[in-house]
Amino acid sequence: MSIQHYPVQHHPDDELLVSYAAGDLAEAWSLLVATHTALCPDCRAKVRAAEAVGGALMEEAAPVAMSDDALALALARVERPEAQTTPAVSADTASGTAPVLPQPLRGYAGSDLDGLSWRRLGKGAHHIPLVTGRGAPTARLLRIPAGRPVPEHGHNGMELTMVLCGAFRDADTLFARGDVESVDSSVEHQPVAEPGEDCICLAVTDAPLRFNSIMARMVQPFIGI
Amino acid sequence: MVEMLATTTIARVSGPAHQPAASRFRKRNHRSRDIRVPDEQPSDTPRTAPDWNAALCSVAGRDREAFAALFAHFAPRLKSYMLRLGSSDSQAEELAQEAMVTVWRKADRYDPERAAASTWIFTIARNLRIDAYRRGNHPELDPDDPALVPDAPPAADAEVARKQDAARIRAALAELPEEQREVVRLSFFDDKTHTEISEALDIPLGTVKSRIRLAFARIRTSLDDES
Repeated sequence: MSIQHYPVQHHPDDELLVSYAAGDLAEAWSLLVATHTALCPDCRAKVRAAEAVGGALMEEAAPVAMSDDALALALARVERPEAQTTPAVSADTASGTAPVLPQPLRGYAGSDLDGLSWRRLGKGAHHIPLVTGRGAPTARLLRIPAGRPVPEHGHNGMELTMVLCGAFRDADTLFARGDVESVDSSVEHQPVAEPGEDCICLAVTDAPLRFNSIMARMVQPFIGI
Repeated sequence: MVEMLATTTIARVSGPAHQPAASRFRKRNHRSRDIRVPDEQPSDTPRTAPDWNAALCSVAGRDREAFAALFAHFAPRLKSYMLRLGSSDSQAEELAQEAMVTVWRKADRYDPERAAASTWIFTIARNLRIDAYRRGNHPELDPDDPALVPDAPPAADAEVARKQDAARIRAALAELPEEQREVVRLSFFDDKTHTEISEALDIPLGTVKSRIRLAFARIRTSLDDES
């Protein structure tokens, strides 16, 4: 599995980065933004700047008095031995090679690519739903066989797709590792995995997909997308 | 009611196709309140303000005096932040308290070359708020992850420190046109969607978005500026 490091071409909206920094995004969107920033130094710098703005605004806020004993209470709490925090189960690969799935995504998936249990999605495609809190939006890993299309679909809401491995082409645009495609309900599209390597993506949607083929629509309720 | 927000709102705001996309990502506010603009400090305030970064490093060495100073400065501001985002007085007090206890516990992970103290404390408070209200998480990258694509070219420490300098960021904010500063404030402190901000200010949604975009472009430019 090759990992290329070259500048990411397609980024999430600046507004999405700001909302991530402000803490306004639901967990699944945040997962995608955080994973993208692991692969994209430019967006990482933008998030840092936005967080610094959050810090500056917080510091500028008109202070509201704490209760008289607040500091004493805090000091009493830090006296107490800390609750043992169990370290997160390491999802790192044992070998010395860099994992394909960056953090925080690797933690959500439970392991790097080698250790994943894919579920069949039809037409050779596979997926793994990820747990990101209740309800919408939902996040999943998708694996599309090299050279094959994702079944053509529209969206009832937003869909963000980030490539982790391989690449796909949608109309004339190529999306490779780290690239994010944003699609809303006005778009019906049919991304196609590039030949040579399966394409693995993180896909986040805020509403069920709307598949065009009867077969896809029939199986949809059973595969939970 | 509060914890329902994250799970229900995204679906509800899926709107007509022409609605610009990014506004749908925002959750709805649970309380509207007027933002009072705090008195601006002149942007040329001499740099004699207490060095909070150094104080935070001292807390890592279990310095209670430094902690008391940080507490006196930041806890009332954290409480203010929580109140503006809709917490009750007692919740805001509790979250500010919890944030400061977390500051003590995690102080050894603080790196002044990566972030100003105010930035680092803000992210702790933000994550606690998400945890408290949504029972969710705020996923974050791991700076030590071997899969992380490093900054290229590697930024000089001094450059990173300059970009994270709290006083410079406050100055950059103060230099923003008021209309941009207002929208940035509302984004961080009012829990309003961009659509709701546009209604509250009676300006088109596209204007809200472009002001946010312009504001952050300006801030980044002024932080890049070496002068």
